[in-house]
Amino acid sequence: MANLLDVNNLQTVFRTDKGEVTSVDEVSFSLKEGETLGIVGESGCGKSVTSLSIMRLLGKGGRVKHGSVKFKDRELTNLSEQEMRNIRGNDISMIFQEPMTSLNPLLTIGNQLMEGIRLHLKLSKKQAKLYAIDMLKKVGIPRAEAIINEYPHALSGGMRQRVMIAMALSCKPNLILADEPTTALDVTIQAQILKLMKKLKNELNTAIILITHDLGVVAEMADKVIVMYAGQVVEEADVYTLFDSPKHPYTKGLIKSIPHLDNDSSERLDSIPGTVPTLQHMPKGCRFHTRCPFATERCINEKPDLLQLKENESHSVRCFLYDSEQLDKDVREEVNS
Amino acid sequence: MSPKIKEKQKPLLEVVNLKKYYPIKKGIISKTVGHVKAVDGISFSVYPGETMGLVGESGCGKSTTGRSIVRLDDPTDGDVIFQNKNLANLSKNEMRKLRTDLQIIFQDPYSSLNPRKRIGDLLAEPLRAHKLAEGEEIERKVNNILEIVGLTKYHKSRYPHEFSGGQRQRIGIARALILNPKLIICDEPVSALDVSIQAQVLNLLKDLQKEFNLTYVFIAHGLGAVKYISDRITVMYLGKIVEIAPTEEIFNQPRHPYTKILLSAYPVPNPHMRNREQIVVEGDVPSPANPPKGCAFHTRCPFAQPICREKTPPLDGENHQVACHFPLT
Amino acid sequence: MFQYIIRRILIAIPVLFGVTVFTFFVINMAPGNPVDMYVNPSATPQQIALAKEQLGLNDPLWVQYGHWLGQLFQGNLGFSYSTREPVTSMLIERLGPTLLLMGTSLIVAYLIAIPLGILSATRQYSWIDYLTTGFSFLGVSIPHFFLGLGAIYIFASKLELLPTGGMNTLGGTTGFGDTFFHMILPVLVLATGIAGNMVRYVRSSMIDVLGKDYLRTARAKGLRNFIVTNKHALRNALIPIITIIGMDIPLLIGGAVVTEQVFQWPGLGQLTIQSIGSRDYSALMALNLIAAIAVLVSNLLTDVVYSIVDPRIKYE
Repeated sequence: MANLLDVNNLQTVFRTDKGEVTSVDEVSFSLKEGETLGIVGESGCGKSVTSLSIMRLLGKGGRVKHGSVKFKDRELTNLSEQEMRNIRGNDISMIFQEPMTSLNPLLTIGNQLMEGIRLHLKLSKKQAKLYAIDMLKKVGIPRAEAIINEYPHALSGGMRQRVMIAMALSCKPNLILADEPTTALDVTIQAQILKLMKKLKNELNTAIILITHDLGVVAEMADKVIVMYAGQVVEEADVYTLFDSPKHPYTKGLIKSIPHLDNDSSERLDSIPGTVPTLQHMPKGCRFHTRCPFATERCINEKPDLLQLKENESHSVRCFLYDSEQLDKDVREEVNS
Repeated sequence: MSPKIKEKQKPLLEVVNLKKYYPIKKGIISKTVGHVKAVDGISFSVYPGETMGLVGESGCGKSTTGRSIVRLDDPTDGDVIFQNKNLANLSKNEMRKLRTDLQIIFQDPYSSLNPRKRIGDLLAEPLRAHKLAEGEEIERKVNNILEIVGLTKYHKSRYPHEFSGGQRQRIGIARALILNPKLIICDEPVSALDVSIQAQVLNLLKDLQKEFNLTYVFIAHGLGAVKYISDRITVMYLGKIVEIAPTEEIFNQPRHPYTKILLSAYPVPNPHMRNREQIVVEGDVPSPANPPKGCAFHTRCPFAQPICREKTPPLDGENHQVACHFPLT
Repeated sequence: MFQYIIRRILIAIPVLFGVTVFTFFVINMAPGNPVDMYVNPSATPQQIALAKEQLGLNDPLWVQYGHWLGQLFQGNLGFSYSTREPVTSMLIERLGPTLLLMGTSLIVAYLIAIPLGILSATRQYSWIDYLTTGFSFLGVSIPHFFLGLGAIYIFASKLELLPTGGMNTLGGTTGFGDTFFHMILPVLVLATGIAGNMVRYVRSSMIDVLGKDYLRTARAKGLRNFIVTNKHALRNALIPIITIIGMDIPLLIGGAVVTEQVFQWPGLGQLTIQSIGSRDYSALMALNLIAAIAVLVSNLLTDVVYSIVDPRIKYE
């Protein structure tokens, strides 16, 4: 099956007062129809910028400098703004982190929901309203006929996030970019929303890119995971492999540093020392070497590439520890080309 | 009772029937027509050297409880007894003295650190305010505390904005710790931090507890962190306590349906467990301005019976307290 | 909502009372009195004393104030000390020109400032933005008398295109065309100041809104930029502007003291200056009362408009 989305060697930069900074660098991944890809990383690792780069919604000062984003065999980076608008909200839609601030406070739920429906599905006002009510019911909003005339402030956070999901799904997109969709919600509400997303995804066979810092959410939802650190992908694997046998020292550290509900609380937590480097002061060589317990001379001077593991071709790691002995030269050349 | 608590030890902190209501005003003369019952009559004790975890979803009153204990908010009713002194009866001067023993750290230390002051001055400030040290002594104490929380004396001349979130939380901890307190209220101290940094701060808090024999009330919504650091856990829902028990018991044999649901809702970082039996409750937390009659959880409880709609269940039990008409076994 | 308005009006009454007491005593503290200001220099001291006695100026201040307040409750604002006209008819005569001048100036200012502010915000750091902020800064900082005199010098004296002042050509036609002709320069001066201030508020409010999450949501739906800016952003950006407009409305009533004086515009502003000069207590009290009412009413209006425009705000 052909890939739905192919991101290749993406580099996104932002203009700042102190010159250009690279926020996302050498990011590549692909996604099949109906697949859920989790992007994990800490704040500032570039996971949100990656999704905004795909949508070309980087705002002032941001641009994709290198690389390609192929969606259904169309190169998104080359499309005109008009063509891109036809894709946004229609073929690819987004769900954001803050349901409290992501809806316009002065427009009714119905108004905001019907905007996209009328634009992309070319429905009349009446049809669009019925369709919108239908969508609200689908995402489990009670009294949809009444809620459609309400303003966002009258709804709880969980309900607003349901509205966001209804909005994102309304034009039956092939791909949804969900940026921390449950981070701002309470645990019991998070469980509701995740359950809803699973259900709808199975019904509609939508592919999802799920951006989150919460490894628990990834473990619940994703088929495939990429771990990002300081603007780069450091590890990519299917979800089971990633949690069962993480390879990159950063991934390992991340998994070990979450306090599990089922481990003994008298144990000390493993933590990763230091802090994430800032964009302006990116370390040379491997970007993780300043915090890595296994760093060698080579890590300080040379940049590691993202390389496939010989034992499992769907598992890639950006780390010298898995370099020479485990990799074929051929594979490496293929990846680099 | 957790192993740290010896038999017949006196509690360091006792919260008795604490209430914090915020009035809702209406009409031409702003008549009070009702109350938001942020905290509605809760009681618990914290023993020296232990960590009491306080968990619940937003709006359950856990932060208000913390703020009421240190008197950042004046409670509407009820008593807070700290070191055998009822804080409500203390004069301003006595309360000031007691404050050195009773400190609080916040979720976002940045907003509680004056951005125009250097770290050295920020840390010296509480010492000067309480006249606990002078001259070189201050200098020495500040250097010492910075080292204890994992910073260096070279950080003294920097301003708060020059630090990362984790480092700022370390400064927040240092500021509380420099007064040599007995009890620290930790109000969501790691919620705003990245995962890898959370672990650093949690470890630091645990180390400090051992070293200085500190007692914590640890408020959080992330159960993982609470489990890691707490000896006992109090679960709150809509301004009331639904369950208090030693950590292991809360996690292994929760007795209140809400506790069980909360635990089950927590996403597990293990993909092999994704198809586990999970109880997902429908609906939102009701508004604390208009809480349901009877047991506040009955509107969402899968086991609710007629009596739950009528009668508020009392918090019952010895070491494992639960407020439910039909506790789970 | 209705209850809220009633409550606000009830609160306004003691405020107004306080304002009148304060102004009454302050005006009386100023040196001189109406009699000194308008009597014939050849009048004998006896005549002056008699005039004062007749006007009640020798009574204690609180008696005078009580008298004034009693008249007010009967709907009587008293008679002018200098012209002997009823104050009410003086005010009505002056109100029209002021409303015309200020109303036009406010409308012209907003018509210029709001689009310019939006343009400036959406093109932040472009040459249009720099030009707009530069001019708005000038507009705010140049004093009105200076701008007014400059405009008179250029357009009236040198180019002889426009009249130097007044509302109508003396002895000429009194039609609207003539008045319009006389309005151009004062409106230009007043609108410059108001617009300069407004542009800066609109710009910063718009910039603030353009960074909001819900605009990203709107763009992610595939909406055109025009709709994102004018449907989603503008409404939100104009909310804080309501406050600024609410603060401008009292100007409308109070009159532009300096500009009216410079252009000899027969409005309330000019009347204020004249009344101060002649210590015309009753006229000044009435002018102050009107200004205070204007401030309170426009504050209330601002809040009411807020609750209509913003669904998050509900008064009870």
